[in-house]
Amino acid sequence: MNGTTTLSIPNLRFQPTDWIESLWNGLLRLFAIIPLCVLVFILGKIFSNGAETITWEFLSKTPVQGMTEGGIFPCIFGTISITLLMILMALPLGVGAAVYLVEYAGQGFWVRMIRAAVNNLAGVPSIIFGLFGVGFFILFVGRNIDHVLRTGLLFGQPCMLWAAATLAVLVLPVIIVSTEEALNAVPQSHRAASQALGATKWQTIVHVVLPQARGGILTGAILAISRGAGETAPILFTGCAYYLPRLPVTKLFGVIPMINPLDQFMELSYHIFIMATQSMDAEKTLPIQYGTTLVLIALTFLLNLAAILFRMHFRKKLGQVSLQ
Amino acid sequence: MRSMSVSHPTTHELLSQKGFRLKEWLIERMLVAAGITSIAIILLIFLFLFKEGVQFFKTASPFDLIGKTVFDPYEERHVFKMMWQAVSVLPKYSLIPLICGSLLVALPATIIAAVFGIGCAIYLSEMASAQLREFLKPTLELLAGIPSVVIGFFMLTLAASFFQGIFHTKFRLNAFVGAVGVAIATFPIIVTLVEDALRAVPRDLRDASYALGATKWQTIWDTVVPTAISGISAAMILGFGRALGETMIVVMATGKAPIVTGNIFSSVRTMTANIAAELGSVAQGSEHYYALFLVGSVLFTMTFVLNLTSEIILTKMRRKLRM
Repeated sequence: MNGTTTLSIPNLRFQPTDWIESLWNGLLRLFAIIPLCVLVFILGKIFSNGAETITWEFLSKTPVQGMTEGGIFPCIFGTISITLLMILMALPLGVGAAVYLVEYAGQGFWVRMIRAAVNNLAGVPSIIFGLFGVGFFILFVGRNIDHVLRTGLLFGQPCMLWAAATLAVLVLPVIIVSTEEALNAVPQSHRAASQALGATKWQTIVHVVLPQARGGILTGAILAISRGAGETAPILFTGCAYYLPRLPVTKLFGVIPMINPLDQFMELSYHIFIMATQSMDAEKTLPIQYGTTLVLIALTFLLNLAAILFRMHFRKKLGQVSLQ
Repeated sequence: MRSMSVSHPTTHELLSQKGFRLKEWLIERMLVAAGITSIAIILLIFLFLFKEGVQFFKTASPFDLIGKTVFDPYEERHVFKMMWQAVSVLPKYSLIPLICGSLLVALPATIIAAVFGIGCAIYLSEMASAQLREFLKPTLELLAGIPSVVIGFFMLTLAASFFQGIFHTKFRLNAFVGAVGVAIATFPIIVTLVEDALRAVPRDLRDASYALGATKWQTIWDTVVPTAISGISAAMILGFGRALGETMIVVMATGKAPIVTGNIFSSVRTMTANIAAELGSVAQGSEHYYALFLVGSVLFTMTFVLNLTSEIILTKMRRKLRM
């Protein structure tokens, strides 16, 4: 009896699998480390090559000399305005859809269909959104608006409005998924308590659920902005301009300055693309390309980092709430 | 007693209650509409891609999508050619070189991303300490957050010359360079999905395996991975779909020559790159324009089927593991 137990222990210890074990351990660790090195290398290269280009002039001036010199201010302006316009369209729709899915819908056929559609939408190639933007927004919606309002060719051509709408469709799944997560994290007991006090479903959502889910929704919005700011393919044909001598601004009622959603625009990611592939002298403009890339990366990274920190913070807070 | 305690509502109260119900009802309808939007968008994408795409057949025959018999001045005879040459006296719209190009980029990209992705996910879910996970997960998210145009730019300006130096390839920009770039973009997606699948494996199974005397690696290899295999395959299918649809990286890094080849170091043109390169310079309503939408329809159908397959596998797996 005693012998069998003492025998089995050395057997386990000195199995020939030991060296295999450590080999696989090392290999798997390598698989985790190599991608990190790639990330660090990409960022390091772009930073070291782009840092010297970044000056106040570069950030605040317009391109000159056939875009071989000067700054990228119109691109920064365009990126910010289009992402703002995009989030204005996508956020209400996405949050509404998520509220419906979590608070109203049960587990029926339609809910399964909606979830499947959201997941599929997240996997649609970005260039397909570009085609969709051209086929649906510009040629169908835009041309029909022109036809009805008799505005000639105003809406039925590539412009910021349709580019933003295309991006809004693209980031919709991001917003829906993170809002859903945020709503699900709100304890069920809070809803029950609110309804027990006589609040209706909508009152419960507005006064109890949404305030607690605010952090998660904000995280989703930031992630969506970061994604939208980095996408290029959907806006290639829906409103981006190679070079635009003016900013896409107009005066509302002739006095209040505002972004003109019916104008074309320059954009950071598109600027990188054309400078790297279609520029007359790609070697000469390399510093501008690195500088623009660095600005875009810095923008998306700050946004992503903010989203990650926000999420950590709010998860911790919600964890405390549900413990109480 | 009970009926006495109920006060009868005044007409005013009844009316306002009715208004209240109406408001709630309206809000619910609006939320339903918002929920339906994503279905509507998927349907609209289908509709508008195919609506433009099928008009190609008004002027061309379906066989043109495979190839065309044209006179070759060099060989001085008629030959059957599978080419995409839209801007030419005799335009050719064969999809074969484009599909070939897409596969030549997406397959190696998925393989590279899957090898590293599955390895990394196993490490994250089974071996890494909690602190390391806390650090690695956000880093992966940052990697996922790099815009694809930036990866494309990196491959184009730096990595392409590096790989040419190693492999001494004829073309600086080729399918392999594109595949590596696409793998970088696909990697975080595969890691996240595989890690989810591994974490869904119940603890009991691992404990049972350890209790039987299995080592950590034996447990991972014989228990955890086989249980999560459907989730892992779903992740790979989804990753393949993403790789097929990747646009900016392949536009910038694969060279864009539409040729039928199996050589991974050859310059290729994918379906996505083809649309991105040509749609900007094409007259709306021309045969070429409709051909590009047709390419889009084919691409969309392929990725849609892949996404759906992966979704179905995942749903089945979740149901099984819940039991």
